Amino acid sequence: MSLTLSLHTSPEVPVEADVISPDRLNNLNESALSALPVFHGNVQAKIGDFFKVQGQYNGEIRVEGDLSKVKHIGAGMTSGRLIVNGDVGAHLGAGMQGGKIIVDGNVADWAASEMTGGRIIIKGNAGHMLGSSIRGSATGITGGEIIVHGNARNEAGQAMRNGLIVIGGNSEDLTGVNMLSGTIIVLGKMGIRTGAGMKRGTILSMHDADLLSTFTYACTYHPTYLRLYLTYIKKLGFQIDDAKLSGNYERWAGDSIELNRGEILLYRN
Amino acid sequence: MVSATRIVNGKVYDPINNIDGVIRDICIEDGRIVESVPDSATRIEAQGMVIMPGGVDIHCHIAGPKVNAGRKLMPEDHRKDPYPGTAVTRSGSGGIVPSTFTTGYRYATMGYTTAMEAAVPPLSARHTLEELHDTPVIDKGFYVLLANNIFLQNLIKEGRQEEFQQAVAWWMNATRAYTPKLVNPGGDEPWKGKRNTNVHDIDEKVDGISPRQIIEAFVIAADKMNLPHPAHIHCNNLGHSGNYRTTLETMRTAGDKRLHIAHIQFNCYGGEVGKQPASKAAEIIEYINQHPNITCDVGQVMFGNALSMTADAPLAYMLRGINKNKWVNADTECESGCGIVPFTYQGHVYTHTLQWAIGLELFLLTENPWQVILSTDHPNGGSFMNYPKLIRLLMDRGFRRQEIARVNQKAIAKTMISDLDREYSLYEIAIITRAGPARALGLKNKGHLGPGADADITIHDEMEDKEMMFNAPRYVLKSGVHIIADHEFREDHTGRLLHITPEYDQKIEEVIQPFFESYYSVQFENYPIDKSYMHDNEVISTGST
Repeated sequence: MSLTLSLHTSPEVPVEADVISPDRLNNLNESALSALPVFHGNVQAKIGDFFKVQGQYNGEIRVEGDLSKVKHIGAGMTSGRLIVNGDVGAHLGAGMQGGKIIVDGNVADWAASEMTGGRIIIKGNAGHMLGSSIRGSATGITGGEIIVHGNARNEAGQAMRNGLIVIGGNSEDLTGVNMLSGTIIVLGKMGIRTGAGMKRGTILSMHDADLLSTFTYACTYHPTYLRLYLTYIKKLGFQIDDAKLSGNYERWAGDSIELNRGEILLYRN
Repeated sequence: MVSATRIVNGKVYDPINNIDGVIRDICIEDGRIVESVPDSATRIEAQGMVIMPGGVDIHCHIAGPKVNAGRKLMPEDHRKDPYPGTAVTRSGSGGIVPSTFTTGYRYATMGYTTAMEAAVPPLSARHTLEELHDTPVIDKGFYVLLANNIFLQNLIKEGRQEEFQQAVAWWMNATRAYTPKLVNPGGDEPWKGKRNTNVHDIDEKVDGISPRQIIEAFVIAADKMNLPHPAHIHCNNLGHSGNYRTTLETMRTAGDKRLHIAHIQFNCYGGEVGKQPASKAAEIIEYINQHPNITCDVGQVMFGNALSMTADAPLAYMLRGINKNKWVNADTECESGCGIVPFTYQGHVYTHTLQWAIGLELFLLTENPWQVILSTDHPNGGSFMNYPKLIRLLMDRGFRRQEIARVNQKAIAKTMISDLDREYSLYEIAIITRAGPARALGLKNKGHLGPGADADITIHDEMEDKEMMFNAPRYVLKSGVHIIADHEFREDHTGRLLHITPEYDQKIEEVIQPFFESYYSVQFENYPIDKSYMHDNEVISTGST
């Protein structure tokens, strides 16, 4: 039986629960697990104050309940599987280095910020700052995959350096702002100011977009590598019709206030 | 609180009292060192340990608006270095520019018990005093920026030296500062007002005044007032190739009067402006060797992250072009400028290695360590947390060679660092970190362990690895309070503000006030700092008080 943490008491204020991570819960029995420290606001509490702990870690952790006030789940994890049933609070998988997080619900802001590896799959919507840098640092995610089946809000992939972000629904403003490189694929619509300040990297959308005047139209073409990416994400369960696999895309180069070596690809026909 | 303490069997290094590694007892009562204490006094067994006075940092940037702007500029740096509280100490964040509490505790952890904030515009003195009050354990003071003050420059231009001196004294009293600080004298005005230039020579006149006139006026005023610490100058052309001539001229301007050159390493460069620098450490140190009226702190560059923060706004603007990182440039009314740029010194870069080697050359070539004080110009050349490593570089030739082998060899070949075999002794380290700065600051109760001195004491386990040894003294006492024992904080402590109150003629206010009413955003009556900002403090006497 895998390890299961079920929320029995909803916290009044957010709980900082970076201990909920395979690296930290490994090799501990139920009572030791329940005694692990978490911060409830500015007060130190125990996991057991909020969660019922059952089972033993065997490579997989399940977390259940309305976790919208539980922050930092899976932060910094390096391996293993973390399955979350329910909405989850901010900083999910922040600084994650490896392993896999699957969320059957929505996640709040700052999910996967500054991740360096691993994979996060979000079945619902993501908040602001998905896969971004923490304020002050120059570099966001440097690797890994973030797969969102729903929508994402502002500044998805901000300052991203490497890796892949897939957003099945729409993204709001400033998608890929200050991006350094890497790939963002948005199957829905994007908000305004996409790719503002981007140096390199690729942002792709299946819809038309309102681009900044610092992006210039280059050409309409069919990038071969795109078929590879789209086939891959199709396998992850996204709806992509064949027209898109072999279709033509407008290439917009920018941001010309920076290096001008980034690209925004918009599906044409 | 322990009222009387006797430290026994330790090896004492106390250069001011000519004690070089002699085993003797140190007695403490009521926060001061005394001849003897009763047998009932608490004993500290210090066998196999080295006893020194607490460290004195003569030049660092630890409080005030520019330091705070530096903190705000680098949240990522704080996030990676939390500083948890203990039962007796408060929490904070570390990084290159730690929060106030962490600054005080980290200085104490390293055995430093006094530190001087080196650049505060008068208008920011209130903020600085608030932050210094929140910087625990250490005694502290600050230098007030006066060299780009338009009112004072006007007095110099008109040759009103007597009134100038009165005005400087008024400013020292109004701000509760420790000494006047000169930063790139005369360089702010050409920078401001969209003129975007700098002074390039000590005799270049901008708006009718040259840097040399300003330096001279301050040197004379400080001498006449008999300030405990003379004018503290950040020379013109700092950081530019070929600036060693400016530095020499600046020192010559002082004649035989006292002058302190801040972070002199940044002012020892040969070569031509805009081209690669070369080392002129030997020329500079030769002048200092022959002129005991000059003191300097080195401003050693240490590899790794730093944060350049200076009142030299045009310099900061130049640096921002080098690493294209975030930056701040600001202006303080009629008083000063300011620039902040995060910076990383890298061993493979020619210029950075050259700077590193020049700093070491200065230390190793000096004939009189009393004149050459250890500093990194925290956080400009690197954090003060680098001091133990710097001490090891000076004390351990083998370690120094190892480090030399790891950096840019082209730069090393342009210096004599490889040929310098000197190794500092513990006695000399006690001079450049304790006795020297205390004497240069005119702090008669600091930097030594004779009767009457403040009981600021560090006790280190004697170790082969000097970095380890100076990283964490086993005991730290501040004003007789046992702050750290067995490497753990045992008590918190609020240090004193050190300041001066030179006498002045009240009539000078009638001269200053009209200028204020015409040009300042602050009412004249609201400008001087009132007593509510003064907490524990100590007035260091000047000749005229």
